[in-house]
Amino acid sequence: MSVSTVTDIAEIKERNRKLIQEVLEVYPEKTAKRRAKHLNVHEDGKSDCGVKSNIKSIPGVMTIRGCAYAGSKGVVWGPIKDMIHISHGPVGCGQYSWAARRNYYIGTTGIDTFVTMQFTSDFQEKDIVFGGDKKLAKIMDEIEELFPLNKGITVQSECPIGLIGDDIEAVSKAKSKEYDGKTIVPVRCEGFRGVSQSLGHHIANDAVRDFVFDKMGDAPPAIELTPYDVAIIGDYNIGGDAWSSRILLEEMGLRVIAQWSGDGSIAELEATPRAKLNVLHCYRSMNYISRHMEEKYGVPWVEYNFFGPTKIAESLRKIASYFDDKIKEGAERVIAKYQPLMQAVIDRYRPRLQGKTVMLYVGGLRPRHVIGAYEDLGMEVVGTGYEFGHNDDYQRTAQHYIKDGTLIYDDVTGYEFEKFVEKVQPDLVGSGIKEKYVFQKMGVPFRQMHSWDYSGPYHGYDGFAIFARDMDMAINAPIWKMTPTPWKQRPEEPLALAAE
Amino acid sequence: MPQDANNVIDHFELFRGPEYQEMLARKKEQFENPVDAAEVARVREWTKTEEYKELNFKRDALTVNPAKACQPLGAVFVAVGFEGTIPFVHGSQGCVAYYRSHFSRHFKEPTSCVSSSMTEDAAVFGGLNNMVDGLANTLSMYKPKMIAVSTTCMAEVIGDDLNAFIKTAKEKGSVPEEFDVPFAHTPAFVGSHITGYDNAMKGVLEHFWDGKAGTVDKLVRVPDNKINFLGGFDGYTVGNLREVKRIFDVMKVDYTILGDTSDVWDTPTDGEFRMYDGGTTLEDAANAVHAKATISMQEYCTEKTLPMIAAHGQETVALNHPIGVAGTDRFLMEIARIAGVEIPEELARERGRLVDAIADSNAHIHGKKFAIYGDPDLCYGLSAFLLELGAEPVHVLATNGSKAWAKKMQELFDSSPFGAGCQAYPGKDLWHMRSLLFTSPVDFLIGNTYGKYLERDTGTPLIRIGFPIFDRHHKHRYPVWGYQGGLNVLVTILDRIFEHMDATTNVPAKTDYSFDIIR
Repeated sequence: MSVSTVTDIAEIKERNRKLIQEVLEVYPEKTAKRRAKHLNVHEDGKSDCGVKSNIKSIPGVMTIRGCAYAGSKGVVWGPIKDMIHISHGPVGCGQYSWAARRNYYIGTTGIDTFVTMQFTSDFQEKDIVFGGDKKLAKIMDEIEELFPLNKGITVQSECPIGLIGDDIEAVSKAKSKEYDGKTIVPVRCEGFRGVSQSLGHHIANDAVRDFVFDKMGDAPPAIELTPYDVAIIGDYNIGGDAWSSRILLEEMGLRVIAQWSGDGSIAELEATPRAKLNVLHCYRSMNYISRHMEEKYGVPWVEYNFFGPTKIAESLRKIASYFDDKIKEGAERVIAKYQPLMQAVIDRYRPRLQGKTVMLYVGGLRPRHVIGAYEDLGMEVVGTGYEFGHNDDYQRTAQHYIKDGTLIYDDVTGYEFEKFVEKVQPDLVGSGIKEKYVFQKMGVPFRQMHSWDYSGPYHGYDGFAIFARDMDMAINAPIWKMTPTPWKQRPEEPLALAAE
Repeated sequence: MPQDANNVIDHFELFRGPEYQEMLARKKEQFENPVDAAEVARVREWTKTEEYKELNFKRDALTVNPAKACQPLGAVFVAVGFEGTIPFVHGSQGCVAYYRSHFSRHFKEPTSCVSSSMTEDAAVFGGLNNMVDGLANTLSMYKPKMIAVSTTCMAEVIGDDLNAFIKTAKEKGSVPEEFDVPFAHTPAFVGSHITGYDNAMKGVLEHFWDGKAGTVDKLVRVPDNKINFLGGFDGYTVGNLREVKRIFDVMKVDYTILGDTSDVWDTPTDGEFRMYDGGTTLEDAANAVHAKATISMQEYCTEKTLPMIAAHGQETVALNHPIGVAGTDRFLMEIARIAGVEIPEELARERGRLVDAIADSNAHIHGKKFAIYGDPDLCYGLSAFLLELGAEPVHVLATNGSKAWAKKMQELFDSSPFGAGCQAYPGKDLWHMRSLLFTSPVDFLIGNTYGKYLERDTGTPLIRIGFPIFDRHHKHRYPVWGYQGGLNVLVTILDRIFEHMDATTNVPAKTDYSFDIIR
């Protein structure tokens, strides 16, 4: 039975179950038992995917996960553009995360904005031995002198900080006082905390609560409010995603008073609790602060998905449902306005992509959110999984996105992912830089679904056109027909070139 | 609506449309509480001044845009250069994700590396269990011939003892007693990626030469005629090592490349993923103890490894990333001297061709001022080449350079009339370089991808040579060592100079009298 020609759902499920058994066989017994809980085949009608998640990775496997520091500095705080984020500890973490995530922003870098810079306390042995608090205080003084237009500072803790017991909270507090109440935020996002990036998101959210919101107290809003104020939460503006989203919200009559955190500023963070509604894209990374704003400030929040016209239209209507007829009509107007563009995109690309299969493995929301966009193009997602999803992510995936028989892999190891792709033979894999070249070597088209492979935006209507173009470009690139060495083909296999 | 299904535009064009421009302007004015444009302009001008430079150079706590990474990256670099070897980083797992991404972004190749995934409980109780389980899992999944262990800052702060841990893991049956598990302590708060290279290379060689952590007898050196070659941490390792092998072959000298990364970071796309490819065989790594001598291409990457090798009875030679004529001359003459062979005519002809190329082109480089930053040895090699070309390496900066390195750089400057007024900056970062480029401008900047920010701020054209190079593809496939490598570097420099000339002479009826077609 050639796996790529399996179409019967029962056969697919059987194949996927066998495949899971096969990959587990390689592990020592204890490890196999633990990994088995993270792999499953989705059964229609089940409320979750039946996998365990948000559990420690197993030592010695090639987990694709990052750490809490990556979740805080790399995701939540790093894109806040007018603050300076100190990678506090040794040089490496800041160096590797330096401008690697494409959080687009507008500003004069080094003068009033600082996103694509690397500020580090570059810990040396003496800092480990004697503690880094004095150095941190001095760093803040030097920042104030050399970067006078910064609007705030965060301290992103690397592993040693928590281990040697530095009191970054005390330093931050003292310095904030010294600089007339400047926002200085200590963030305890040491890499060893938690099991993945995920805890870093949570810690960073809590730091916004404690050091931005609580600090503001009952101060009057800096902006005049309207009944149509919303905030975009959990969009990191990769390749401009938040901009191609924002334009739609504005077109339907809403006013976006803040963007979190791509192209975000401290003023926008401070304005957010005054919004009428928080619209949340990456649920995983920012549900915490959204829930907090609901509880404390009474700001409701709603999840949305701006990948692909089907989900965009659904989301625009859902967001509009929180407002009056003016906004509801606005949503319909926007959907109607872009409908011809969407139809033209689908007419152009669907014939080239119809029936193609995809396997995904990404972070916060993409393992589920992009499925609708693929379906708009006639493609099918046959396997998916989260680097750092929690049970509620898998629930959302099962209830709203995936089909019967889909292969699910939580915190997949490099080994498992390779085996799955080898056997399932998808037409496209969507994952990150560490996975990209592995699958391309295997002759499988690939798109980086963290960075959009330096393309994008992919969000919103404008973004969908780019998404469609890029998937076509990846799958239908002529080079994939040349991957097998022609004179090494086995006789029963037709030459790849002749097959088309 | 700017988007068009038949002519899809992405971020390059999309956001330049009036819809987006207006939206972004509104966002800024209404919600960002922006700094007044005049104030931004004022501060920007101030950062270009001598006054700012003095303040900038006075800072001693803050580091901004450093040109260095941490030790474990160098350890991973070493490990992947041995046959069937998987790097195992003992510590928290996020680090490994970063190392793998960093190398993948530079080489556009997969980089395999595992972590012991230590979390809070390991921080409290130590990472022994992670080592015990981790080695067993790595062996069963990835079937390596060797697992090379290094540490992160976390494991070092809590004081995990690798020697004892690996021993215990073996006793518990994680991997067979005789399985090779060399190790190195590579705290991220000491040195940089080049220190990590040094420690890891020393760790691997000591493992094989000194009795595999007390499990077998130490090797008894029986001198043979081979030469060991250590490339050091090198962003051009794929092209460079192949060129070095070719040179050894042409010279008919028996050699061992220690840590041969040239294949694992250049595997073919033919339908198969090769987690391991090429690499120094474990047998060769062991037998390297018998070699006549070891040549290190990078002194500052091998500060501990070379003395260790010397202590085993070999002659050692430390070079400084030789680039260009004299650097390659010395490299070849050292090989010839040690091996007792003549340098073949073929290489003499290659030398002549490089000299020919320089003679053809140096008029465009002669007298030009350069700023260079990167690893200490690379800075040295490039500076030496520039002096050879009649150029002036005015500012040479290595964030991971020592005072000894700066002294050596000064000796190099003093050796040439073109070095007058040139200065080395050890321990400084790219924000220091920014001040230097404003207050004491040069014609061209040589450095890695991060130099593009300096190019943008200061207008100094960037020539990309170094590590990492993320935003240009495949440079690592071309050597910078040997006469052929020198030619590549020469062409890289010349291309940028000519591009700059064209870009600054192409205004019709104004500057295009110099828009020449023959240069």
